[in-house]
Amino acid sequence: MNTWRGPAALFTLALASSALAQDTTSDEIAKYRAVLQEGNPAELWELRGADLWQQKRGPRQVSLQGCDLGLGAGVVKGAYAQLPRYFPDADRVQDLETRLVWCMVRQQGYTEAEAKRNPFGDGNEHKSDLEALTAYVASESRGVKMDVSLRHPKELEAYRLGEALFFFRAGTHDFACATCHGEDGKRIRLQELPNLTTANGAQKAYTTWPAYRVSQGELRTFEWRLYDCFRQQRFPELVLDSDVAIALTMYVARNANGASFDAPAIKR
Amino acid sequence: MRRPFRWFVLGLGTCVAIGCTTAGNDTENAPRLATALDTSFIPSGQAGLDRLQQDDTQRTCTKARGRALPPEIAAQIERANQATIRYPADGKLVGDWKNGERIAQEGRGKQFSDNADAPSGANCYACHRLSGTELAFGTLGPSLYRYGKLHGNGADAQRYTYGKIYNPEAFAACTSMPRFGHKGILTEQQIKDVTALLLDPASPVNQ
Repeated sequence: MNTWRGPAALFTLALASSALAQDTTSDEIAKYRAVLQEGNPAELWELRGADLWQQKRGPRQVSLQGCDLGLGAGVVKGAYAQLPRYFPDADRVQDLETRLVWCMVRQQGYTEAEAKRNPFGDGNEHKSDLEALTAYVASESRGVKMDVSLRHPKELEAYRLGEALFFFRAGTHDFACATCHGEDGKRIRLQELPNLTTANGAQKAYTTWPAYRVSQGELRTFEWRLYDCFRQQRFPELVLDSDVAIALTMYVARNANGASFDAPAIKR
Repeated sequence: MRRPFRWFVLGLGTCVAIGCTTAGNDTENAPRLATALDTSFIPSGQAGLDRLQQDDTQRTCTKARGRALPPEIAAQIERANQATIRYPADGKLVGDWKNGERIAQEGRGKQFSDNADAPSGANCYACHRLSGTELAFGTLGPSLYRYGKLHGNGADAQRYTYGKIYNPEAFAACTSMPRFGHKGILTEQQIKDVTALLLDPASPVNQ
């Protein structure tokens, strides 16, 4: 786990003139986050994503407006709140990023390598189209209730796999997801950790991704969150759209059912 | 999370809590898990795919899912890990607390993004309170503030503390704490220095 450094740390330490109880620290971080929430640069990614969604692109010069995200071709409103889900045409459970790549390949004619070429932007000139598209589609579920299904056997299988992975301990440090996200009220340094095994914890966490990360100057997706957690877990590099990425997304998204989706958010 | 542990209903507890329709079990998930792991990671930097191969302790603790272990299984894990601890040949277990503080603050080490040639940190503050003046401490582990005042600085305290950092699974089966010596995260000298941070009367931990 990385040493926790960022604007919030400086802000918090500036308050440390008197004895600083843990609760006070958490309160001040909450205030800092509320200030951040007032203007969210994630809107820039949402707008760029909306534009990319409508543009005729790729070798076949078609838009993504024919892409079925689960609610019918071109329906974006509310789609993210029901993902991941089983797609008969792919015969696979897919999360949004996986589905976008699928549509870019099948409809726009990109190769899979091209579609996945730049999954994470670097905060500078190399912007990621996938992150922008994800931000746009997610934003169209703002205020929609999380409703991820386990009715299809493959959906249930993905959920179970995600749960098994959540508790899987390995690597140099013996870490599992559950090491940090299996109990209520814990922190790494000053960063509060959601308990993703509970509805309350999963709801708070999942409904706030994608998010604009102030410390990185980038919009980050839930798959990025998993990718970077595994890095800190001392595992090798997570493959985008892999079974592990989709299963863990399924586990947390399903556990968040019933919550009102509220992203793209902004985080330190 | 700490519920009674029963080997025959593994997986059922969480399934019931979340409301899935049929209970999964580890035996059923095992082949899927192995396949998924095989296809979902690529080696990167110093982190090869061998990191996904579990040892016996990791395998047993994965099954436990945070629940209390049956006493005989806990004792088995602790005995096996006890046997891995290598105490320094020179018999000196306590190093320099100032170096120990730097090691406790350092979060880098063993990640695929880290320089494999640089020494790893222990990142103690991620999970523990240690010195009284560092306020950015985590709460995954217990507070170690004034650890030396509680335990003293005698031979037994030194041996326990060095061993606990080297391999905490020898003292508390399925603890969340990494096995810093056994897994080669810290060097012998680094463990001596962190032991000093905890035990030295001059260390900020004991002020």
